Amino acid sequence: MLEELLFQLEMSAPQVVLGLVNGAFYALLSLGLAVIFGMLNVINFAHGAQFMMGAFVAWMLLNWAGIPYWGALILSPIIVGAFGVILERTMISRLYKLDHLYGLLLTFGLALIIEGLFRNQFGSSGLPYAPPESLTGAPLDLGFMMLPKYRVWVVVAAFAVCIATWLIIEKTRLGAYLRAATENAPLVQAFGVNVPRMVTLTYAAGVGLAALAGVLAAPIYSVNPGMGSNFIIVVFAVVVIGGMGSILGSVITGFGLGLVEGLTKVIYPEASATVIFVIMAIVLLARPAGLFGRA
Amino acid sequence: MTIDRRTLLGGAAALPALGMMPWGSARAQANNTLRIGVLTDMSGTYRDGCGPGSVAAVRQAVQDSGVAGRNIQVEVLQGDHQNKPDVASTIARQWFDRDGVDVIIDVATSSCALAVHGVVKEKNKIMLNSTGATADLTGPACHGNTIHWTYDTWMLANSTGGAMVKAGGDTWYFITADYAFGHALERDTGNFVTKNGGRVLGSTRHPFPGTTDFSSFLLQAQQSRAKVVGLANAGVDTINSVKQAAEFGLTRRQKLAVLLMIVTDVHSLGLNTAQGLSLSETYYWDLNDRTRNLANKLKGSLNGAMPTMWQAGCYSAALHYLKAAADMGVAQAKASGTETVTRMKAMPTDDDAFGAGSIRQDGRKLHPSYLFEVKTPGESKGPWDYYKLVRTVPAEEAFRPMSEGSCPLVRT
Repeated sequence: MLEELLFQLEMSAPQVVLGLVNGAFYALLSLGLAVIFGMLNVINFAHGAQFMMGAFVAWMLLNWAGIPYWGALILSPIIVGAFGVILERTMISRLYKLDHLYGLLLTFGLALIIEGLFRNQFGSSGLPYAPPESLTGAPLDLGFMMLPKYRVWVVVAAFAVCIATWLIIEKTRLGAYLRAATENAPLVQAFGVNVPRMVTLTYAAGVGLAALAGVLAAPIYSVNPGMGSNFIIVVFAVVVIGGMGSILGSVITGFGLGLVEGLTKVIYPEASATVIFVIMAIVLLARPAGLFGRA
Repeated sequence: MTIDRRTLLGGAAALPALGMMPWGSARAQANNTLRIGVLTDMSGTYRDGCGPGSVAAVRQAVQDSGVAGRNIQVEVLQGDHQNKPDVASTIARQWFDRDGVDVIIDVATSSCALAVHGVVKEKNKIMLNSTGATADLTGPACHGNTIHWTYDTWMLANSTGGAMVKAGGDTWYFITADYAFGHALERDTGNFVTKNGGRVLGSTRHPFPGTTDFSSFLLQAQQSRAKVVGLANAGVDTINSVKQAAEFGLTRRQKLAVLLMIVTDVHSLGLNTAQGLSLSETYYWDLNDRTRNLANKLKGSLNGAMPTMWQAGCYSAALHYLKAAADMGVAQAKASGTETVTRMKAMPTDDDAFGAGSIRQDGRKLHPSYLFEVKTPGESKGPWDYYKLVRTVPAEEAFRPMSEGSCPLVRT
């Protein structure tokens, strides 16, 4: 009995670690979504496409301009974020007065167009992108498993970015303006704050977070046009479970669901793609506002 | 996406127009026209290996067949089944019922191939399957309206699996795509391993499509301590598996058997990661003058890539179909799928893709298969120079013997 328990533990411990790595991506992506929804009330369905663009821009920077991974980590979110500014100014900002559904449909359409353009140009099977030299080499031997250095870096980086974003929104003056503008935009504007510009930059920041996740993902997954759509549905489930627009909720839920999914891959792998949605259904029935959302 | 729009517009327009359409004259004109539908993955994980390239290959075959000179028109339609069997059979039905399609070529993804396999029997039309891999098409489910063209799961198991077992890999663990293709490939390879005195220690099945992270599955494979980890998946799934296997250092103690990998997958992985892998294909552009000739004709329409064996199979299948149809007369070819297939089986095949070959009674197209090893970056002399030929398996040995397939068409 004890032996069996130990065996189970030995089998599951590595999955918990891997779950954390996947959770890091879920957290980072749902963080961007939560920022955009919380501040703009836009359900950004183009998030997956922007994640994919982040990875592709990293590839282009490396292959066309010779800029390595570390440079791409900074430049790619800025470039894709600038693209976000254009989208927000020319299209999305026109829909703020309408129902959420219009924003959702617009961004969904944009996602399909962007993915289609990349597929036509680069094909579907993807492009190679090697991890940086300093993070390659022999995986770390944790005793119960081998963990590639690059994955450790992903968890650390994602965690740091999540904390930083949360601090900016909850603890700084800028964050206070933002939260106030969501509550009552005309009043904040009356105090001399340029609300439309702030909203545009918030959207750009959310998009930048997606692109950052894309750069982090590029060395692990094949850089291909469909990489975002595989993630985005799960990430939406994460946001719904965490509570739409709740920053802390999406981060905790992201890591938590990564763990649950990891364990499912050992116990019943066939269900690993569905387990998150089962949890989503249960949470919606019990707490419609999500685990951390305010009704 | 062409078919989606066609379907929508066509569906909406068809009802009111039904009474007014001059059906008689449309039919009369259509009598000299053969319609080939290329049903494939235009937007998903297998797109690069088949997709638009398969359509281009079929168009090339139409041109090379010379049927235009014999006053036969050929129309090529394309459809995207999105790797969903229900979408595949819906498009197939519409093509047969409304658009007058005579033959469906390609049909990537085994689950979609099996769905269309059912429809062509019901409608007495034809499927010439190139990209779908399941050997069940010529097994218990076989019938006289389908020819399985390029390769199958048994051939992959026999060639790649066989080489692994011979090299001492007698314990196996499978990472399998959870649908018809993965199951068939795991089964055929597993049978082969046990028949040769090896053991299968276990397997794990990942959802298809939509899995991007394979580390959990790779870790379970590591923990199994099997000598060989068999990847019974394809396309982007295999690319991600191989990439992540290298990342986790799986290849230090275990061998990776990529049971289905094609040249575009190798391109996508890059030689740094892919070097040294063993894989089996039936067509490689740089095998001989004829294969190079076909590649030269097709590469212009492939966005800089070289044709894959799937696309080469579409070319070869379309060419042979047109030969048979021209031979027996268009009207007769359109009238009965089984008769046309019987005629195709009676004629020897010969083309630039696979050289000389034949089609067996159970619908299995026969030609040699090749075991390749992926070159190192140092060995590769230029773009798309990826393979070293290790072994040629002659046509008679490459595929499952007819007596073992339990195909009802084969009388013993």
